[in-house]
Amino acid sequence: MTTVSSAEHSRRDFLYIATGAVGAVGAAAVLVPLIAQMNPDASTIAAGAPVEIDLAPIADGQIVKVFWRSKPIFIFHRTKKEIEEAQNVNVASLPDPEPDSERVKKGHEQWLVLIGICTHLGCIPLAHQGEFGGWFCPCHGSQYDTAGRIRKGPAPKNLFLPPYTFVSDTKIRIG
Amino acid sequence: MSGHSTYQPTHPALQWLEKRLPIGGLIHSSFIAYPTPRNLNYWWTFGGILSFMLGVQIITGIILAMHYTPHVDLAFKSVETIMRDVNFGWLLRYLHANGAAMFFLAVYIHMFRGMYYGSYKEPREVLWILGVILYLLMMATGFMGYVLVWGQMSFWAATVITNLFSAIPVVGDTIVTWLWGGYAVGNPTLNRFYSLHYLLPFVIAGVVVLHVWALHVVGQNNPTGVEPKSDKDTVPFTPYATVKDAFLIVCFCLVYAWFVFYIPNYLGHPDNYIPANPAVTPAEIVPEWYYLPFYAILRSIPNKLLGVIALFSSIGILAFLPWLDTSKVRSARYRPLYRQFFWLFVIAAVGLGWLGSKPPEGIYVILARVFTAYYFGFFLIVLPLLGIFEKPKPLPNSISESVLGAKA
Repeated sequence: MTTVSSAEHSRRDFLYIATGAVGAVGAAAVLVPLIAQMNPDASTIAAGAPVEIDLAPIADGQIVKVFWRSKPIFIFHRTKKEIEEAQNVNVASLPDPEPDSERVKKGHEQWLVLIGICTHLGCIPLAHQGEFGGWFCPCHGSQYDTAGRIRKGPAPKNLFLPPYTFVSDTKIRIG
Repeated sequence: MSGHSTYQPTHPALQWLEKRLPIGGLIHSSFIAYPTPRNLNYWWTFGGILSFMLGVQIITGIILAMHYTPHVDLAFKSVETIMRDVNFGWLLRYLHANGAAMFFLAVYIHMFRGMYYGSYKEPREVLWILGVILYLLMMATGFMGYVLVWGQMSFWAATVITNLFSAIPVVGDTIVTWLWGGYAVGNPTLNRFYSLHYLLPFVIAGVVVLHVWALHVVGQNNPTGVEPKSDKDTVPFTPYATVKDAFLIVCFCLVYAWFVFYIPNYLGHPDNYIPANPAVTPAEIVPEWYYLPFYAILRSIPNKLLGVIALFSSIGILAFLPWLDTSKVRSARYRPLYRQFFWLFVIAAVGLGWLGSKPPEGIYVILARVFTAYYFGFFLIVLPLLGIFEKPKPLPNSISESVLGAKA
């Protein structure tokens, strides 16, 4: 190996570093589509568009299940008794404290719209079961009340609310 | 050429691993310190290019398999979903389809290199035969992949190729029914092609390991055909061959990218954008360009069974090349007569490819028969006789002499 002057050394070093840098950028650019392709595709995103639900056919006390973005949504037309039960609970004593008023829309307290997935490990709770007038999850025994709040059992959080608005008094748009 | 490993890791963790699984030493002796003839030209980079393309096809293929549905009612639509809805789906599909074409381009260059420089000759016969096996696996994989699209060309190519086996006397029809899994090409056929198309690339990868192993045992050939005689004739694989391979891979990718981004459907047939219709045969059934020479050979024989035999023999005859060529001189550089016959062979092969795309009538049939005759004559007549009658040019004494002159 013949000796080279330091000026030639630094030119070679520059070339190595420059090539390496461009190669690294290229490698990162190659990875982008390979990883991005696993994200939801355009048709899945389109299928997740908001849904409108007509509330008129839902009777007093009835709980209806629909799907939005592949998730089950409970729509509960609560009776006066069920609304009072939910409002009169001592909020501080709840495992996940939340007043009933924060779980419904003002002026539409009889309508409870929830994501029907148990916050423990993801099963779908059974309606009109359990000691609290709401739901009972058969997988590990969590019980929810008439506002969908966890009262007993291993679930850590109340049933979640999906994004929804009232288009009219008898129609909601979920999503 | 594989000697005692010179790998001495300095890091204690690497020493620990080396004692238990000497993979560091294997990589070092195979791809870093491996003695490579110093006079290899760019035709020797296509092995590296082929390995790269195999990786590209496997990665893009596995990703496409996440979005493809192998059912006759859903397959075509799932490909269109990939093209239109999946993030970068259009890119992955075009990479995979054009990648197959580039894979075959590289393999043909690689094979022609082997034929020109006599890389199939003793002691590299097994290396060459493993290569022929790899080529056959590639052809099977490519064929089945094309069927998966389930366009008109996919369906009818599947019908034509599987029907070839009906030429076999006595058991032909039974075999074809067995291949189809039904009374015609249909859903069972599509499903099994999907399974095998996913499997074969990994079989290819395994045979590639054998191919490289066989290569490393005997060492690379080189443009003079004279084996390395001393350390002066070789250089370590890294950095010399590594960088040369990397550079040509980049250039190759430029050509690849030209197809993928500017003319992604140029090599395909527009009829494959029509969903498969078992009731309507397209006006012309043409395979992808890399099968055309063999398609032309098949069509130039007027008898069904003999045509099929000619088709399979035209590939199978390659395996016998080490024994058909009787010359003791490897490289065409020193074989002036062989060189001329070789280039005529290239013209015949490319010509057959062009003729395969033409309708089988008139002058095209005559030319195809002439080229087919030359194709088989080259292997069966020219090569055996040249070894006896050709007067080769004098070989250099060593590689370094041919590169550096007599003062080496």
